[in-house]
Amino acid sequence: MASLLIKNGRVIDPASRHDGVADVWIEDAVIKGVGAGLTAAGAEVFDATGLVVAPGFIDMHVHLREPGFEHAETIETGARAAAAGGFTSICPMPNTAPVNDSPTVTTYIIEKARRHAIVNVFPIGAITKGSLGEELAAIGSMRKAGAVAISDDGRPVMNARLMRRAMEFARSFGIPVINHCEDLHLSAGGDMHEGAESVRLGLRGIPGCSEDVMVARDILLAEVTGARYHVAHISSKHSVAMVAFAKMKKLAVTAEVTPHHLAIADSDMIPYDSNFKMKPPLRSANDVSAVVEGIVNGAIDAIATDHAPHAGSEKMQEFERCPFGILGFETALGLSLERLVHTRKISVAQLIPLFTTNPARILGINRGTLAQGAPGDVTVFSTDRQWTYDVNKSFSKSRNSPFDGTTFHGGPVATVVNGSIVWRVDE
Amino acid sequence: MKGLLGIEDLTREEAQAILDRARDFQTPLGERPRRFDLLKGRMVVNLFFEASTRTRTSFELAAKRLSADAVSITAQASSVSKGESLVDTLNTLGAMRPDAIIMRHAASGAPHFLQRHLGIPIINAGDGTHEHPTQALLDARTILDHGKNLGKLRVAIIGDIAHSRVARSNVYLLSKYGANIVLCGPASLLPQELRLLAPGVTLTTDMNEAIRDADVVMMLRVQLERQHEAAFPAGEYFSFYGLRPEHMKLAKPDAIVMHPGPINRGREISSEVADSQRSAILNQVENGISVRMAVLERVLNG
Repeated sequence: MASLLIKNGRVIDPASRHDGVADVWIEDAVIKGVGAGLTAAGAEVFDATGLVVAPGFIDMHVHLREPGFEHAETIETGARAAAAGGFTSICPMPNTAPVNDSPTVTTYIIEKARRHAIVNVFPIGAITKGSLGEELAAIGSMRKAGAVAISDDGRPVMNARLMRRAMEFARSFGIPVINHCEDLHLSAGGDMHEGAESVRLGLRGIPGCSEDVMVARDILLAEVTGARYHVAHISSKHSVAMVAFAKMKKLAVTAEVTPHHLAIADSDMIPYDSNFKMKPPLRSANDVSAVVEGIVNGAIDAIATDHAPHAGSEKMQEFERCPFGILGFETALGLSLERLVHTRKISVAQLIPLFTTNPARILGINRGTLAQGAPGDVTVFSTDRQWTYDVNKSFSKSRNSPFDGTTFHGGPVATVVNGSIVWRVDE
Repeated sequence: MKGLLGIEDLTREEAQAILDRARDFQTPLGERPRRFDLLKGRMVVNLFFEASTRTRTSFELAAKRLSADAVSITAQASSVSKGESLVDTLNTLGAMRPDAIIMRHAASGAPHFLQRHLGIPIINAGDGTHEHPTQALLDARTILDHGKNLGKLRVAIIGDIAHSRVARSNVYLLSKYGANIVLCGPASLLPQELRLLAPGVTLTTDMNEAIRDADVVMMLRVQLERQHEAAFPAGEYFSFYGLRPEHMKLAKPDAIVMHPGPINRGREISSEVADSQRSAILNQVENGISVRMAVLERVLNG
C-alpha cells in the first residue's frame, strides 16, 4: 500500500474551507485525511513546513501537440512540463492532426496519456468535424470516451446557427462549450493587438472588438440554449464586463484568463520577438487592468495557461510568419503570485480556487479538492522562494517563452499525482 | 558597428550629421558625379526581398561612388524562392563577410529580428509597413535644399498612412525638429493611434484642411499590394485624396510637393502637379544617392 504523508504545510482546501497548518495523508492514490499530527506507519514523508499545500492544480486549456506535431511537444513531455508547473491535471485542446473530433482520437489521447503522462489528462473534443465549422463532430461519443468539454479552439465557430446547435447538443450531454472568441473577419491577417503599438511597429492589428463581438454573441446564445458556456483566454476589457453581466443574469457562463494576459501588455513586448506573439494578443494596459479586476471581482473563474509549444524553427522567422502561442506551464504560478498575490489584489487562499475548485466545477470532474476520498492530487508551493526561469531547462520540447530569465518570488515545489510525487523542485 | 534600422531610435544630432554630410556628396549643377575613395575594399550586399528599382539602384550607386564593392541580390533570384528561411539566407550571406547588408523586406521588423541574430550591421531599406529611414533622410535633405527650416514647417502627408513606412519615418524625423505634421487620408487608412507616434502630429480626413498653409505636401503612393481588402470604395480615391492644382492654391505660395515614387499619375497625384515647378520629386531621387552615401559612410566608417 503506497502511502504519502505531507507534513506541516499550510493546507488550503477551498472546497472544505480548510486553511491552516496540517498534514495530508494519501494512501492508495486517494486522500485519506487532513489533520494535525497525522501518523502513518511506513508512509513516505514530505516536509512541507513553510509551504502551501493545495489540491492539485488543473490547467483547463493546453496544447500537447500529439498526435501530429510531436516535433514541438508530446503528451509525455507536455505532462512533464505541466508537473513542473504544479499541475496535476491538464486538458488538451483538440487542434491536433488529426483533430480530436471522434471517440477514436479521444481514446488514443487518453490511452497514450495513461501510459506516458505523469499527470492526469482530460481531453477536450472538437465542436465541429475537423474544426472546420461546418458540421457537428461526434460530441456524444467523445463525451462517452472521456472528453470533458468541446471547443474548436483557434478556429472558432463563425456560424452562429451552428454554434447554437452545438450548445443545445452539449447541454444534452452536460458538457461545457468552450470558445476561443475571435471574429475571424475582424482579426484577419492580424499579428498583435490593434492599438498604438501595432501602429508604431507597422504590424497588422487584432482589435479587441474581434473578441468582444463573439463573446457577446455567445452569451446571447448561452441564454437561449441554457448551455454551460466558457470563454477561453479572455483578454479584453469589454469581454470581462460582458461575462460579469452574464453572471449577474445567472447564466451558466464562465471564463478563464492566462497568466501572461494578467502579467504583460502589448507595450511590454520586445519588438518583433515572436516569443510575444500569441492569440489573443497581449492587449493594452487598460485591458490588463480589466482582467486583473475580473479576477478580483469574480467575473473570471479560472487561470489556464494556453500552453502552446512551437519548435524553434517555427519561431525563428519574420514576426508575421511565426505561429501564435507561447509556453505556459512552468511560469503560470510564479506569474500569478507576482501579479495577483504580491500586489495584494487577492490572497493566496483566493488564488487557489482559480487553479482548482473552479476549473473542476466548470469541467465537472472529480478533482480540485483535498476532501477525504478524493483523488490524491496535491500541489505544494512556496509563496516566497526566489527562482529564475531558464527556458533551456524546460521539460517542454519547445523554448518559446517570453519569460526566460524572469525572476519569481514563489512557485511550485512538489507535484503529487494520484498519491505519487511526480516532480519536485531542484534545490 | 551600428546599422540603421529606423529613424525612431536615431537622435536628432545623428540625423543632422547625416544630413550635413550628404551635402558634401551632392553633385553640383552641371558637373559629373564625383567618386570618393572612402570605402575602398569594403563590401556591401543589397538584399532586396521586395521589388524595387529606385531604392536599390540608389544604394548601388551610393556604394560605387564611395568605391565600395556592391553586390545586389533579389529574392526571386536567390534561394529564398527555394524555401530557405530568412535566417539561413542571412547566415549564408554573412559567411561571405560583407561589411554591411542593405535590406528591404515585405515584413515589418524583419531587419530588426535579423539584427538580433547577426553581427553584421543592417541598413533598413524599407521593412513592410514600418520604416524607411533613408527615404525620410533624403526627404529632409530635399526640404533643406529648398531653403526651409525643418523646425518651422507645416508638412502635410497625404494618402495611405496606415501602410506607409515612408510616413512613419518622416513623422519620426520631422518631429525631432519640432515640425507640425498633418497626416491625412480616408479614416480606414488613418488609424487614430497615429497621433501617438510622435509629438506634433495631427490627423484629418479632409484634404483641404491638411494642405491649408502647408510648406510641404508629401503624397504617398496608394499601395494596393499592402492593402488586404478594399479600404475605400473603388474609384473614389482620386476624387477625394488625389492632389490637383486647385489644392496647391491653399498651401503656402512657396510650398513644395514631394512623392517617394513611383508615382501613379491620376491616382494620388495629377500630372499637372507632378510636373509643375513646385514638384521636388526629381530632387528627391538625386538626394537619395548623396544621403545614402552619407549613411553608408557612417555605418562602415563610423
